[in-house]
Amino acid sequence: MADIENQHAEPGGNAVEIAGLYKWFGTFNVLVDVNLTIKRGERVVVCGPSGSGKSTLIRCVNALEDYQRGKIFVNGMELSTNLKRIDEVRREVGMVFQQFNLFPHLTVMENCTLAPIHVRKMPKREADALAKKYLARVKIPEQADKYPGQLSGGQQQRVAIARALCMNPRIMMFDEPTSALDPEMVKEVLDTMVELANDGTTMVVVTHEMGFARQVADRIVFMDAGQIVEINTPQEFFSNPQHERTRLFLSQILK
Amino acid sequence: MTVTSAEDMVFVQRVPAKVLPPPVTQVGAIGWARTNLFSSIRSTVLTFFTAGVLVWIAVPIIQFLLIDAVWSAKDPTACLPREGHEVGACWAFIHERIGYFTYGSYPPAERWRVNLFFLLLAFGSGLMLWLDAPRRGLGAVYFFVVLPVVSYILLSGWPLIGLPRVETDLWGGMLVTIVVATVGIVVSLPIGILLALGRQSNMLAVRFLSITFIEFVRGVPLITVLFMASVMLPLFVPPEFSPDKLLRALVGMVIFAAAYQAEVVRAGLEGIPQGQIEAAKALGLRYWRLNSSIVLPQALRITIPNIVNSFIALFKDTSLVFFVGIFDFLKTIEVARLDPKWSGPNTSLTGYAFAAIVYFFCCYLMASYAESVERRLGRADRR
Repeated sequence: MADIENQHAEPGGNAVEIAGLYKWFGTFNVLVDVNLTIKRGERVVVCGPSGSGKSTLIRCVNALEDYQRGKIFVNGMELSTNLKRIDEVRREVGMVFQQFNLFPHLTVMENCTLAPIHVRKMPKREADALAKKYLARVKIPEQADKYPGQLSGGQQQRVAIARALCMNPRIMMFDEPTSALDPEMVKEVLDTMVELANDGTTMVVVTHEMGFARQVADRIVFMDAGQIVEINTPQEFFSNPQHERTRLFLSQILK
Repeated sequence: MTVTSAEDMVFVQRVPAKVLPPPVTQVGAIGWARTNLFSSIRSTVLTFFTAGVLVWIAVPIIQFLLIDAVWSAKDPTACLPREGHEVGACWAFIHERIGYFTYGSYPPAERWRVNLFFLLLAFGSGLMLWLDAPRRGLGAVYFFVVLPVVSYILLSGWPLIGLPRVETDLWGGMLVTIVVATVGIVVSLPIGILLALGRQSNMLAVRFLSITFIEFVRGVPLITVLFMASVMLPLFVPPEFSPDKLLRALVGMVIFAAAYQAEVVRAGLEGIPQGQIEAAKALGLRYWRLNSSIVLPQALRITIPNIVNSFIALFKDTSLVFFVGIFDFLKTIEVARLDPKWSGPNTSLTGYAFAAIVYFFCCYLMASYAESVERRLGRADRR
């Protein structure tokens, strides 16, 4: 299933290129010489213990965090402090958060159409149609007129996915999308993500869901203490991990 | 129980138990009184004590304001005490001077213009405060664009269309109080919002200016701000454009209220989770859109009670404009009560009682409105 060739992914080119990235929170070095290249159409799962810098890393990619050294390219564009460039990059990258972060004062529909209307300058009618399409795709078209507070956690997270998709991003990033969910709702969100992966979307997923990683990822990135310790295919990662730290991590989570 | 047989451990209901109406101690007036007034000896004592205090305070007030009051009289001497006859509030005095309290020295022939203004304003406020009103956008255009222009023309006059000019020196009474309060409220809120945003800005200069302004104005009494606006404003503009007295006071009021609004709004802004802002940024929303569509609607919603609270304070603070020579509602009462024609033992007391009732009525209306909005938002949160 995690087979790049048969997907209708865009050919060639890199979706994300991270080179020599360093970041400090105050005096604490949270990201240490991170280098990672993600191809178009690729699905990459980032895992590692809490505080290893996984979330910080993907938040750097769409400029929710700044960094002090190194370079990030998104679809060939170099990220800089230039606001215009940041806007361009953010339009390419969709983001799904652990806490959903839906806008509680707007309906599900309005959550989805806000950015297309105001950022893409899309006519409302068109944006509505787009939102309907993606809400159907995450299987909650009937909730369009409700407010986020009326939905379950799993439904909210699926709305958040639809909201991100409405901007037609080239890359989807997920920051622990199932960590805040009740156990019985994890599956519906993961199923949605698997479907997305099968459609050939470029995905970067920070998660502890190892089953998902095994099923969907082309590569798994393992981070510890702000550094990338190992990058490997799922088969190798789970059956034949190379780094000492990876083995320790896996032995603790796969009992 | 010492012996437990299998039958005692297991139970299956054969017949549903009967649902009974509540006992009389639970419902109705008796039930209410028992739970709220006489639930224990201590609460019973407190109930009687409170009732006693209420009677002790309320009886003389009712006696003075209603029972012994002189309601109408052609002749001010009716309000003077005679032998064997207690005299209470002199409503006849209020009745005769009500025009002055409402319009100040606005020429009587032109007072219909003020009445029309009151009507237009009441209509506009109604539209703004009615949250489910149809076409709220149009209502906003009326309130923020049409109303100020029409009101200005109506009240100041425009000889070209047959409305003689009425200098603001002649304005007074409730008219001035309402103009100052409304302008203060309506203009200070947007400025306060900008200041609150400025205070959190990433741009150091903007943040510095906002903080300086807010802290300076908040650290100074309103009267000082009014005097400064009154005395200093003319120094900054060429004498031929020197703003009139009322406008200067308005500027002072707005500056003062804006600083307080800024702090009220800031509290609301800080109540918005960081995740909301990050999600909006991640979608590509820029600063102004992010604030106008995501942050402010949520922040203002939770601050409505506090905003109204500061409106109430502002409404009462308008009485301070008399320090810079403007005859607001309270000042007109202050002037009229000293009128020798109505001199009597109860004239002043009646005037002040009237002022208190009017201020209380207005503030209570605002507070009730805030409470209803709060309840509505509480419901919305439970959605």
